[in-house]
Amino acid sequence: MSWVRATARSWSGRVGLVLMAVFLMTVVMSYIWVPYDPRRVGERWLGMSVDHWFGTDAAGKDLFSQVLVGARVSLFVAVASALIAGVVGVTLGVISAITPRVLGESLAYFIDVLIALPTLVLALVLVGLFKGSLVTVSLAIGVSSGVVLARILRAEVAGVLARDYILAAHASGTSTWRTVRRHVLPNIAPIVIVQVSLIAALAILAEAALSFLGVMSRSRPSWGQTLGELQPHVTLHPGAIVFPALFLVAATLGFNLLGDGLRDATDPRLRSGGRGAGGQPTATGVLPDTAVVSPLVAAPPTTTTIAGTDR
Amino acid sequence: MTALLEVKDLTVRFGDHVVVDEVSFTVERGGRLGVIGESGSGKTLTALSIIGLVPDSALVSGSVQFDGQQLLGRRDGDLSQLRGEQIAMVFQNPQTALNPLMRVGKQVAEPLRRHHGLSKVAAADAAVALCERVGLPDPSRSVRAYPHQLSGGQRQRVGIAMALACRPALLIADEPTTALDVTVQAGVLRLLAELVAEEDTALLFITHDIALVPLVADDVLVMRRGSIVEAGAAEAVIEAPSHPYTIELLAAARKTALPPDDHVKVLS
Amino acid sequence: MAWFLVRRLGLLVLALFVASVIVFALLRLVPGDLAVVIAGTEVTPERLATIRAELGLDRPLLAQYFDWMGGVLTGDFGRSALTGSTVTSQLGEKLAVTAPLVISSTIVALAFAVPLGVYAAMRRNKADGVGLSAIGQLGIAVPQFLVAMILIALLAGSWGLPSQGFPRQGWDEFGRATRSLVLPTLTLAAAQGAILLRFVRSSTLDVLNQDYMRTARAKGLTRVEALFAHGLRNASIPVVSVVGVQLASLFAGIVVIESVFNLPGVGQMLLRDIGNRDFDKVQGTVLLISVVVLVIGFLVDVAQFLIDPRLRDGAR
Repeated sequence: MSWVRATARSWSGRVGLVLMAVFLMTVVMSYIWVPYDPRRVGERWLGMSVDHWFGTDAAGKDLFSQVLVGARVSLFVAVASALIAGVVGVTLGVISAITPRVLGESLAYFIDVLIALPTLVLALVLVGLFKGSLVTVSLAIGVSSGVVLARILRAEVAGVLARDYILAAHASGTSTWRTVRRHVLPNIAPIVIVQVSLIAALAILAEAALSFLGVMSRSRPSWGQTLGELQPHVTLHPGAIVFPALFLVAATLGFNLLGDGLRDATDPRLRSGGRGAGGQPTATGVLPDTAVVSPLVAAPPTTTTIAGTDR
Repeated sequence: MTALLEVKDLTVRFGDHVVVDEVSFTVERGGRLGVIGESGSGKTLTALSIIGLVPDSALVSGSVQFDGQQLLGRRDGDLSQLRGEQIAMVFQNPQTALNPLMRVGKQVAEPLRRHHGLSKVAAADAAVALCERVGLPDPSRSVRAYPHQLSGGQRQRVGIAMALACRPALLIADEPTTALDVTVQAGVLRLLAELVAEEDTALLFITHDIALVPLVADDVLVMRRGSIVEAGAAEAVIEAPSHPYTIELLAAARKTALPPDDHVKVLS
Repeated sequence: MAWFLVRRLGLLVLALFVASVIVFALLRLVPGDLAVVIAGTEVTPERLATIRAELGLDRPLLAQYFDWMGGVLTGDFGRSALTGSTVTSQLGEKLAVTAPLVISSTIVALAFAVPLGVYAAMRRNKADGVGLSAIGQLGIAVPQFLVAMILIALLAGSWGLPSQGFPRQGWDEFGRATRSLVLPTLTLAAAQGAILLRFVRSSTLDVLNQDYMRTARAKGLTRVEALFAHGLRNASIPVVSVVGVQLASLFAGIVVIESVFNLPGVGQMLLRDIGNRDFDKVQGTVLLISVVVLVIGFLVDVAQFLIDPRLRDGAR
């Protein structure tokens, strides 16, 4: 895809792609060859050696194997959350933009309330009370991030629909569904792709935090779990956390940078101004280009009031 | 007597892309020069180069002499002394040219406080007087207004007030009426011409609408793709254009122009 | 003019109501018998029946909701099935730990992020600006528990900073209490700060690109003067919003931090209750947190109202 080439042009895109590649290779590797069963106990606190590339942990479990197998969980959660968020976001965003007045506004308002709730806490509760499975986590993160994405998309979709050629098409009888497919979706695709990468990063972090807390089911080794088990001993054995931590950060960073690179590639000068004239007059400098979608840094609620796109 | 503004071989490029190509012209004290060109002709960048506000990625070369001093290559700190005081600019889009969070009067007073060291109170009074001069209704109330509370035409008048507050020697007006309603344009143009005549301010008037030029300018430059294709006295050029591009522009303007009696002749 | 505020207040009340419905519904969404989930599988039928009766699970959903809301509105946010203590009674002592943590970490984060973010925006194309931006990137990628672990590994023990725990006498032992909160505060501030830094930076960049900044410079203000006189107030609008929104995610961080540092705050209480399947308390605590977040959101709107004159006129 030309996007890949475009992304590779910015340094963040390049680094992001590299980190993603490493991440994916780790997962692939985990299916081809893992030196030990990650749950097999053995000699405790071995340092890095030929036998144990990353050493062993408090129960003597090989850290390298844990890192390899743990990657699978992170990848699953990343991809699943991203997909769910994408579907939820696009569906809700498009629907709330095209449904008439009252219904659309109520839906938009409902979305705003959902965004305001401490969604990660809710996810924590759901996962904790009702058996922390990967699907539950992915659903929780996917839906809560998707809702934020929906809000961003709603404004975009409304903007596209207001364009002259769309109105003309409608006047000549083109159905709404067709309009959506042919015009809206391609226009919002770049935004969705960017945000979805950032959501993937978020999902990895969230799952890691939850398994760190011990809330997730312990049947699959995950990076969070590995680190969680190392945590009580961190003052005595600080070195052990290095590699699992490195991989976790690398995977998250990879998605973040990829998202940034994609953003640079697909939405370069539109928001922060062209040459000379000083750029698009927005009401304020609203939605700066790191309007990251996530319960962590959602597009601030009230700026849409200022921009006058809803309410 | 040296010209007020002497531009020689001004070139502006972004990387390899040349946007202003060895442009040269002069403006005398109290002179009025109109610059016509379509978008992309480089007219705005030429203006920005004079005042030193080109985007950071632009490479500017050549010579811009103002009142005997070379402006290109000067430190921004030095240039900021000139801006607003000796050389002022009115921009195209009144919607975005004013700080939405600051009262209009304060914005008008700003150059006075900056350059002439006026106290808050003195500057505020001066601002009221300026607002009255530019025709804002109920000036003492208007100064307390925020930009969004004013109409487009009123905002542009504020912009003019800000620019002329310190009585600069040169005023650069970059498409000052383009973003305004047609009904309002004539009023603003008239105001501009009056004020400029009052203080004998030199005017560099940039526009894409060739019909406006004879209303405010004595001389004219026609720019196309970064170069000057024709220059001369405004009336002469318009009546007897020599360059094909100028002829094109005039023809296009005549097609859309109002009949002659509707033109408001604003030049005194 | 104050219509904006009245309207927002009305929306707040509505939002609180909607939130309660969502919290209620979500916790009952789960397939299977809630009583079994709470009690576990190896339990006598009598125990199950008791649980059902206590929580009113055999009553129709709507009745359950109204029972719950009735309790909430009279201050009863739920009671522990195990210990009998209520959420509200424990709140005081838990908040004594959590509130200072939230407030101080936000202040520290802002104190770093705002100047650094503005600086990074001004020096966008120079080395130090890019460097700061990169640090911000890194800060977002590193999970809070990791930061906690690193800080503990590096700093615990020095300057009398404990690696975990909070004095049992609480704030009566002021010195020890404060020291117990230093590392947790730094951890939370680091994560918040990184996000805020990026946001301040991009908000400032956006403002720097605005026409009115160019007008200001054309009037003779230097870049820095223009930034302070015109830019900052404009740039603060989205930042204020973000700080408010951050609060929602801050609670998730609180849970993690209080767990890592073994602090007896609201987060730890929630985690423990979840582990104990103390359903009623969990429900109430989550609602309480939601209420706090929504109210803070409202306060943020008030702040916006005060900063931005366009809102006061209902103008767009």
